[in-house]
Amino acid sequence: MSDKKVYVIPCSGIGKASASVGRDATYRVVEDLLPDRADTLCLALLTLEDEEAREKVRDNYVVAIDGCAKDCARKNVEAAGRAPDIAHRVQDYLKKHKDLKPEAVLDVGEGGRKLVEIMSEELAGEIVGLLEEDD
Amino acid sequence: MALETRPKFVGVLSCSGEEEPEGTIARNAVRLVMEKYRPGITVSLCLPLYLAGDSGEQEFAKRVPVIAVDGCEKACARLSTEKYSGEVSDAIDIRALLRQWGVEDELSRSHPRELEWELAERVAREIVRIIDRYIEEGKVAATNTR
Repeated sequence: MSDKKVYVIPCSGIGKASASVGRDATYRVVEDLLPDRADTLCLALLTLEDEEAREKVRDNYVVAIDGCAKDCARKNVEAAGRAPDIAHRVQDYLKKHKDLKPEAVLDVGEGGRKLVEIMSEELAGEIVGLLEEDD
Repeated sequence: MALETRPKFVGVLSCSGEEEPEGTIARNAVRLVMEKYRPGITVSLCLPLYLAGDSGEQEFAKRVPVIAVDGCEKACARLSTEKYSGEVSDAIDIRALLRQWGVEDELSRSHPRELEWELAERVAREIVRIIDRYIEEGKVAATNTR
């Protein structure tokens, strides 16, 4: 398996509950499911052209998670010089699980938490696949 | 009757801060101000959208006083505002505030507990103090407070 890390970068939206779901799923992946292989990165830092952050993106795998159709995470990663290896919108998971609508930004509620679980499990699987491809 | 020309809103821009516990405190504090303490007058600006070049967000930040709320000394919220929209009216550095308050506990970025929520409340009250000063000084028209 590749020794590269995977940086999971959620959008930083604080106006939508879906952004909170994306961020919670990111934390679940990088802290609980794949703590040795995955980490996260401040999106704003990356876009402010912080050299250390850009280097991490250039030299590792990147997953962008967006909370709305404006795709700020994906676009900001692209602006740093490369397309993300995996890019998802929370809305795509919501379409498949319409009953799991997140309730609010500060507390996504029971449905939102279930969506975080589903999303993080699927993401972790994709990330493992990505790392195995590099073998 | 004189036409009211002062801004009706205060923009509050939180750093994204996903990597750091102080970033989570920043985001939660801003939401608390918007939802609980000063709804109606407070508008959050979405930092990634702002940085992605959204002209609506950037123009809005030029027309209203902006408080940058940063989790750490890298000051992404303040610097991004300065880069795209001009000087911020005020800036908060949460890491510096925590030092000032003597907080040395290990904090969580992903699972805010009672302590992290207390700190978010305290930061929110700091933001409120600034907003109230703008109202007192007449920098914003307090017609939207609920």
